[in-house]
Amino acid sequence: MKMQSDLGRVRGLGSAKSGSSHWWTQRVTAAANLPLGIWFIVSILAGHTADYDAVQAWLGSYFHSTMMILMIVSVAVHFTHGLQVVIEDYVHNRKVEMISLMLIKAVAAFLSVAAIISVLRIVFAGA
Amino acid sequence: MSKANRPLSPHLQVYRLPMTAMMSITFRAMGVGLAIGFVFLASWLIGAGAGRDAFEGYHAFFTSWFGLLLLFGWTAAFYYHACNGIRHLVWDTGRGLTNEGAAKGNPIVLGAAVVLTILTWIIGLA
Repeated sequence: MKMQSDLGRVRGLGSAKSGSSHWWTQRVTAAANLPLGIWFIVSILAGHTADYDAVQAWLGSYFHSTMMILMIVSVAVHFTHGLQVVIEDYVHNRKVEMISLMLIKAVAAFLSVAAIISVLRIVFAGA
Repeated sequence: MSKANRPLSPHLQVYRLPMTAMMSITFRAMGVGLAIGFVFLASWLIGAGAGRDAFEGYHAFFTSWFGLLLLFGWTAAFYYHACNGIRHLVWDTGRGLTNEGAAKGNPIVLGAAVVLTILTWIIGLA
């Protein structure tokens, strides 16, 4: 049974005007987080976070700094999408909901950019 | 429509959640916990970029008993969320998306998360 009008199907975006992009982005970042998370845990177990000098050498390398920045972006996108759904499910006051959603995204964006700049700082300090 | 005549859904205070439901809400809770972990990870990175003194402060915190307890919690949360997340990706393809399929997967996800968490800490502390 068709649940959509032809026009709705052609536009394919639904009432939120974003289609399945929220759902799909959460899946794609979930898949990306698996290798990135394993890389992070293996790095810790390999002693790359044991002290200050080890961290500088670790994040000073092209590969590890690239992986760290990718992980920051992928994880931040994944958890803002996830927390958005949690807030939408449990916060029933529309004003509080909107403010919470914007706050979550603002905090995630600020921390992500600050963390990426820190990684780049380590990269270029060693260059 | 009259609200009084509608059937009541199971009340959370008197209804004992089945295993599948417990696994589901735990998945979400662990996700929120990991998001909080991101705040710590980002702060730690900012400390690492700021210089030796700033980093030492974070390092002392994360190697204290409370810091290690948090790290253990995030390890368990990561593996649980990852294992159950893989199950969700499988469900997204339509496979195992039944009451029986979910019940069968529960101990596998839980077992894998526990084993991986313990294994990681054995390697980490060795």
